Amino acid sequence: MTTNQIAFLALALLALIGGGGVVFSQRPVRAAMCLVLNFLVLAALYFMLGAQMLGISQIMVYAGAIMVLFLFIVMMLRMDREEPHKVWWTSAPVVGTIFGALVLFIFALGIRPAAEMKPGAVDPKFGTPQAIGMEMMTTYAWPFEVASMLLLVGIVASIILAKRRI
Amino acid sequence: MNNYVIPTIDWTAAMPVIVVFLTGIAALLVEMFRPRQNNNVIVGISLTGLAVAAYLLASQVGMPAIDTFAGMIRRDHLGLMLQLLMVVACGLTFLFGENYLRERRMAYGEFYPLAIWSTAGGMIMVGTDHLLMIFIGLEVLSISLYCMAGLAREEQRSAESALKYFLLGSLASAFLLYGIAFFYGATGTLSLTQIGMNGAQMNMQILATAFVLIGLGFKASLFPFHMWTPDVYQGAPTNVSAFLATVSKIAALGLMARMLPVLGQTQDFWFPVLFWLSMLTMTVGNVSAIGQTDLKRMLGFSSIAHAGYVMVALLAHLKNPKVVSLDAMVFYLAVYSVATIGAFAVLTLAVRNAQEDARASALHGLWKRNRFAAGAFIVFLISLIGIPFTGGFLGKLLIFQGALQADLLPLAIVLGVNSAISVAYYLFMAKAVFVDDEELTGARVGQTSGGLKLTCVVCAAAVFGSWFFGSTLQSLLGAPNEAAVKVERPVVAQTQR
Repeated sequence: MTTNQIAFLALALLALIGGGGVVFSQRPVRAAMCLVLNFLVLAALYFMLGAQMLGISQIMVYAGAIMVLFLFIVMMLRMDREEPHKVWWTSAPVVGTIFGALVLFIFALGIRPAAEMKPGAVDPKFGTPQAIGMEMMTTYAWPFEVASMLLLVGIVASIILAKRRI
Repeated sequence: MNNYVIPTIDWTAAMPVIVVFLTGIAALLVEMFRPRQNNNVIVGISLTGLAVAAYLLASQVGMPAIDTFAGMIRRDHLGLMLQLLMVVACGLTFLFGENYLRERRMAYGEFYPLAIWSTAGGMIMVGTDHLLMIFIGLEVLSISLYCMAGLAREEQRSAESALKYFLLGSLASAFLLYGIAFFYGATGTLSLTQIGMNGAQMNMQILATAFVLIGLGFKASLFPFHMWTPDVYQGAPTNVSAFLATVSKIAALGLMARMLPVLGQTQDFWFPVLFWLSMLTMTVGNVSAIGQTDLKRMLGFSSIAHAGYVMVALLAHLKNPKVVSLDAMVFYLAVYSVATIGAFAVLTLAVRNAQEDARASALHGLWKRNRFAAGAFIVFLISLIGIPFTGGFLGKLLIFQGALQADLLPLAIVLGVNSAISVAYYLFMAKAVFVDDEELTGARVGQTSGGLKLTCVVCAAAVFGSWFFGSTLQSLLGAPNEAAVKVERPVVAQTQR
């Protein structure tokens, strides 16, 4: 087993622990912290795959900005003071398990043994901020612009809905 | 380092969407610099911008189909026609919207930019071959709509409508995005055309198609995903309901018409599903509409049923693309849109004390008080039923013929039966207009603004015009030889690979 594989297995295990923690922990804050763990580990996995930019944005956007919002809302609503759920059975786990199994099954159909796979020749710049920036300003210039319009739409919409006097 | 390729850009093809976006920004700026004024300038700017966009779209009809902006924008006949329909529908809802919003005391100038951007989102959705653009366009369309549905901020029902639409819509978007991710995982590309030619990972592609169809089915309010429609239409301001029932529906159904023909490899899997869904959509929509008391809810269910009819047209084309073209579908979308906008426009008359009442009694006595609006309302209902001399009849006839030509007899029969069922509740609506109003509860129903009159005249003219000039219009709307699309392959930047 190479060091790469060992590192991958360790990180994957951590990611699983984090994911399990999100689902199974009773208190929202703990679930949110487990989600942070999961996001960070995923970022590490991205780095291992050479997708630097993705890893960086994963840490900055997800583990940083979005999780702060999550925690902020959890704490603002004081969801932590509430009694943990007493319901021991809902349909959600059953449905979730069925669909999760279905997705896994379909993935399994597509998974090949590692021996069949040849590592592709990857450009050394692959996944770097430079390469992604270049793509964003050439191939993906139009979606980039439209996404900025999307942000404007979101701002205007939230102001209309939330501002007391307009 | 500098071996990147700047994609070739055909600005003509990109211009309509850009113009629409800029119109929204201009309208927002006007609102910013002259708050507390009336919105006439904003409406004027918006309508001018939409007219320019419509002109730009119309001037491109007949130009060769191309992909531009590195494959992010596709201009072809179907896309142009759908975009044109959306622009016109948006403009029509603006015509009567201002007066209504003022009566409801929520004439916020920001409404117009949002509606315009929403239209631009829809235009992006149908004017591309790229799944990324489709998703971003859908989000621009939807996020504006969530806000527009909640525009009546003081009213609980409007807030409920917005929240419901937002939650369910986000779920649908998530499904769509999940499906898109699966497509990418299976084929390594986001271009629909290339996905259609890629035979890798068929299981995953089937799953992806299912997810994408769930997302789009929600937007088009097809049968199992239709439950939000009546609630949202009822709670949203009436002009927003008209917008929802037309622009967003044209976008969703148009996108299906764009997407499904490309995914021919998995047709054996999704065709039967859609077959049954369209059947159920028609039936459930019509049957649930009977017995509703709220006219807006009723029109909501009616719009579900009409989405089912449109699906029949689409399925007929998919089953037998050589014989049945898509013009029946586009034609039906057009006549459905004008009739629905007109009907909602007349319903805006039922506002009193800044409150809205869309129960049937709100229209009582309309015939006595306001012959013009009442007559127009009847015309729109007749077209929605599909009685001769209106575009609605011709549209249904075309769909029926298409279904027969494509060997989809069951769908044709269900379509016919459903048209008969729909007479029941459309007559109920028409009756409300003629009922004498002894308590004068309908006294409020009477004042027609110039905008409303104009809307009614334009829509009624379109309803009749589409009958008399039916064949011309049909050949205009229909795709000439869509098979011969000459697609300029997207330029791939070479920094990667």
